Amino acid sequence: MTCKEFLALLDDLIDDTVSPEMRAELQTHLGRCGHCEVILNTTRKTIEIYRSHEIYDLPAGLRDRLHSAIMARCKKGC
Amino acid sequence: MPMPTIQSIAGELEPHPDVALVARVRGGDVSAYDVLVRKYERQLFRIAQHITQNREDAEDVMQDAFLKAYEKLEQFQGNSKFYTWLVRIAVNESLMRLRKRRTGKMVSIDEDIETEEGSVPRDLADWAPDPEQNYNQAELAEILRKTIQGLPQGFRIVFVLRDVEGLSTEETAETLGLSIPAVKSRLLRARLQLRERLSRYFHRNKRISEARTAK
Repeated sequence: MTCKEFLALLDDLIDDTVSPEMRAELQTHLGRCGHCEVILNTTRKTIEIYRSHEIYDLPAGLRDRLHSAIMARCKKGC
Repeated sequence: MPMPTIQSIAGELEPHPDVALVARVRGGDVSAYDVLVRKYERQLFRIAQHITQNREDAEDVMQDAFLKAYEKLEQFQGNSKFYTWLVRIAVNESLMRLRKRRTGKMVSIDEDIETEEGSVPRDLADWAPDPEQNYNQAELAEILRKTIQGLPQGFRIVFVLRDVEGLSTEETAETLGLSIPAVKSRLLRARLQLRERLSRYFHRNKRISEARTAK
């Protein structure tokens, strides 16, 4: 397996949608390719960081104001 | 004693709690809609902010999307999740808002997409363990914002829906009107581009940390 072939299946590996046979092939490639191992680990980390950090915070005050505005309009029948 | 049914064994076949809330709203119970708004307002705001990249627009989009969903609730078929249906409305509202800002210019999720398939990444140095701990919360949020804002819009939306907001590949495809292979291709390139862009910050800091340790 080449690095390019590994990369084409990177998402399937991360999302756990590969067959056991393909997973074994990917693991074999990882065992001898430090570069692809770094790419796999740092791509996983990238996703994890974006999942776990709120980068567009909605402050409670603003949230309450928007919420009240929505519900007031809905109660009036929009 | 009756055998348990397949439905009672497989939890995933249980009706989603939103289904009952939607039914209550349809029956005239506005307080049930209040619960749905509370549940999803942060997600819709984030999605709108990622697409419009403008706070005021995101506030307007969030409100308009919930109002539109309320008005159109009769049209909700129930064959997709309420959340996915809501996200689709918010994405459309966000794109409309962008079009208004850029008058005369069409805005679509295909904008700025390069057709060339991704090549093997160049920057291959590893990151420090827990590299985000080298920054305070505000610095890290700024890095993550700047990095994701630099992605082409069509990659950014797919990444946000799929990886940040947790939609499946199929739901993302349905929401954006894209094919499943197109979603997969964009997601891979989005993930790799973000990884490469973040590497700049996390490497540099790693070297700074090492230099500090060496002193």
